[in-house]
Amino acid sequence: MSSIPILTGIADRIDRWRRRPVRVKWRASLGLVGSILVWLAVPLSFPLVLAGYYDEPLLPFLVTIAVTLGVGRWLERLSGDADLGGREAFLMVALAWLAVGLIGAIPFLVAGNGVIAHPVDALFESMSGITTTGATVLVDFSVHGRSILMWRQVIQWLGGLGVLVLAISVLSQLSIGGTQLMETEAQTQNVHKLSPHIEETARMLWSLYSAITLTCAGVLYVLNLAGVAPGMTPYNALAHALTAVATAGFSPDPGSVGAFSRAAQWTVIPFMFIGATNFILIYYFVRGDWLRPVRNEEFRYYVGVVVGTTVLMALLLLTDPSVSFPIEAKLRHATFQVVSILTTTGFATVDFNGWSPAAKHVLFLLMFLGGMAGSTTCSIKLLRWMIVLKGFRRDLFTAVHTDAVRPIRLSGTVVEEETVRDVYAYTLLSVVIFFALTAFIAVDGARASLELTEFEAMSAAAATFFNIGPAFGVAGPFGSYHPFSNATKAAMIVLMWVGRIEILPVFVLLTPAYWRS
Amino acid sequence: MHVVIIGAGQVGESIAADLQHDHDVVVVENRADRADELTYALDVLTITGDGTELHTLEEAGVDEADMVLATTDDDETNIVACSTAKALAPSTFTIARIKNTKYLRTWEHDEGAFGIDLMVCTNLLTAESIVRVVGLPAARDADVFAGGRVQMAEFEIGEGSPIVDQTVEEADRFDSLTFAAIIRNGDVEVPRGDSCLLAGDRVVVIGSPHSVQTFARTIAPKESPDEAAEVVVIGGSEIGYHVCRLLEERGLSPRLVEQDHDRARTLAEHLPETLVMESDATDMGFLEREHVGDADILVSTLDSDEKNLLECLLARRLGVERTVAVIDRTSYVDLFETVGVDVGVSPREVVAEEITRFTQSGSAENVAFIESDRAEVLEVEISADSALAGKRIQDAMADLPECVVIGAITRDREFIVPRGDTELRAGDHVVVFVETAVVDEVTALL
Repeated sequence: MSSIPILTGIADRIDRWRRRPVRVKWRASLGLVGSILVWLAVPLSFPLVLAGYYDEPLLPFLVTIAVTLGVGRWLERLSGDADLGGREAFLMVALAWLAVGLIGAIPFLVAGNGVIAHPVDALFESMSGITTTGATVLVDFSVHGRSILMWRQVIQWLGGLGVLVLAISVLSQLSIGGTQLMETEAQTQNVHKLSPHIEETARMLWSLYSAITLTCAGVLYVLNLAGVAPGMTPYNALAHALTAVATAGFSPDPGSVGAFSRAAQWTVIPFMFIGATNFILIYYFVRGDWLRPVRNEEFRYYVGVVVGTTVLMALLLLTDPSVSFPIEAKLRHATFQVVSILTTTGFATVDFNGWSPAAKHVLFLLMFLGGMAGSTTCSIKLLRWMIVLKGFRRDLFTAVHTDAVRPIRLSGTVVEEETVRDVYAYTLLSVVIFFALTAFIAVDGARASLELTEFEAMSAAAATFFNIGPAFGVAGPFGSYHPFSNATKAAMIVLMWVGRIEILPVFVLLTPAYWRS
Repeated sequence: MHVVIIGAGQVGESIAADLQHDHDVVVVENRADRADELTYALDVLTITGDGTELHTLEEAGVDEADMVLATTDDDETNIVACSTAKALAPSTFTIARIKNTKYLRTWEHDEGAFGIDLMVCTNLLTAESIVRVVGLPAARDADVFAGGRVQMAEFEIGEGSPIVDQTVEEADRFDSLTFAAIIRNGDVEVPRGDSCLLAGDRVVVIGSPHSVQTFARTIAPKESPDEAAEVVVIGGSEIGYHVCRLLEERGLSPRLVEQDHDRARTLAEHLPETLVMESDATDMGFLEREHVGDADILVSTLDSDEKNLLECLLARRLGVERTVAVIDRTSYVDLFETVGVDVGVSPREVVAEEITRFTQSGSAENVAFIESDRAEVLEVEISADSALAGKRIQDAMADLPECVVIGAITRDREFIVPRGDTELRAGDHVVVFVETAVVDEVTALL
């Protein structure tokens, strides 16, 4: 073999590359992941206490706590005192979500009930949770204990906060494409982070996030006490508050938010909306700077999209004779479903599988939008679309005025051309991955005789990759991803992970230049 | 008055020339040959040396100077020179000429910063005077007084103008507008009721900005500006930048042409309402492609006088109605205006005017020069001991030389149309047109 010159050349090059030292201080990254795992024991103790309270098996959580502490401590010890630089941060971000996703599956496996006793389904459910996707494989909710169901909610809440802390305090400094935008937006708000210290920033976000969640739970419970939201027990109120603010979408009830009264449904809408709002804006709003959101272009855009599509959806439902709800219910479902899908929450109040094709397609398109940057939302995010649209408008203009120099502005601040290019690349890459996943689901679905329509395959791909949750057809709002083959589920697990951490960290890890310079 | 001027460039020389007859002027210049040149040209004392050095300033007698003017081409030198002068003699009035607006912002934030009593920003002043002309495209010259409540403008009466061959009395049908002067064949005439207005004459009018605007629209309807006026600015120098910024403030969306890629990008970032184009402005293909010929006004602020002339001539040929050029060499202004530039603005002249207004004896607060310096328009506050306080204008006029016109009065920030029976009161601001020959006599009386 080695006599063939070209192969010898390649082998030489690989060999030379191998001999270059690894430039990534991966031990530092692993150490930080270890610290995160150690901390995971704290939220795990909440379902443990709940299990004790409801007289359910404690073992799933005790085992998980033991594993997370053990692995965490071991990883922490691995790390030297190396500093965390840009490269290490990429690795840390990617590994953190992976590690928590793996650990999060342990309670499901140990409890051994229902479909999530199977490793692939357990990992799917856990990854769907930590990425705040909200796509579930559960078929029969009644076989699971309340503590296990609450663990799903808690893991989603952690995922929502995690990505927020990451976006505002870590990723914005790494200048990786999309997240660099946070910088741009932050500049228009005159803040880079909320405080010069990452820890302080994280603490502020933690408090704000907790306060909003507790408010949501409180309001839902008060409605229950007032008699207008039967079923919103403290357990249910907290469970739904956790996943509404995280724009995540799991519900311990198979009927999602649709299982509760209309008062409860109306109440959840603003909290999903807040969850997908830039937390820097919320922070300043809460501090008394009332006009700050209004001055923010992305927020105005966000409100515009919500109002516009809600009106459109309401008109579609009102003029659809096959939908037999009263007017208030049509308005409520239109608003709820638009906000739920746009914010990538994925709660459902009604089975929109039965809606007209027009209404379904509007919802499908909303999956590609997402809420504001710097929030718990997923998908491509409005900020990127704004830049893409402004770039497009500029291209049309410069086609006529070839010499014109037109910077793209957001809230009056100029966006660097480099960032604009990154946004184009990110958006294009997202769409390519989406189509690849669609093809995979369609082919694999046909092999497994799932009888998926193309639209259903597309919606399932978008719902998982963009971290929405419910799709159309078998994986619809009250359906389950369980029927998909293990191969498809595995692909979805990977792409939920990739989608949540904004694609680039994973792709950066795959480039040789990352590892050996 | 003992005046020390630091820097014998065009601005310094121009000011020194204005002041040489009535004041003791000392000019500090670091180039010996230039200092010598000035010694022979003007009746001033020149000192060769560095204006930022203590002993040079001492030699120039800064400690007993009433005023120190730093007019070199270097901002930092001017600031340091003023600061040093202030340290030597705290009661001296210091004036610094500045190009960069960042120092002006600091100074405006705290007047007296850097030990400077008056900061004159060349680029900004030039841009302001261009924008005034752009606002009155038919005007050859325009200036504002009394905080913008009074406007002075000079117009040329065209062949087809509706006031041609009318007497001033007949033409005087505009509210709150006064005909201050008629300039015919280079001679300045004070208009009387029966003076006849001929085609080719230039008239200087003083009045409220609105009435001046109306007058402009009447005598030159085609050139009257409105919100949709298309302005093209050539050259993204500091002056070009400020012109666009000030036009943006007026609600206009100018077009700006800049050849340098990075500068064009910077300008586009700082001027949200301006369409910045990156091109060589003498490229005919570009000018035609962008329909520059359709513009109402073209302002050329390129870095050389010749380029600005060329640009204006090109624009005229393409059909631009009016052209304004920045002309660095003051002596070119007349020449350029003769060969086809509608208005030439000389930054040095603009600065010299601004500085001279502070060196005027008496109480003049604001000065504009007509026909280079044949006549002046002054803004004066009537003091309680003024010879005119308490008199009606027709009586007051008897005390004043013939070639004086009271153009406008503001009282408590209100515009008052001056008529024969209007009584002048202490505290009134009057805007008067005066021939240069009698300026001192008039300011002494007022």
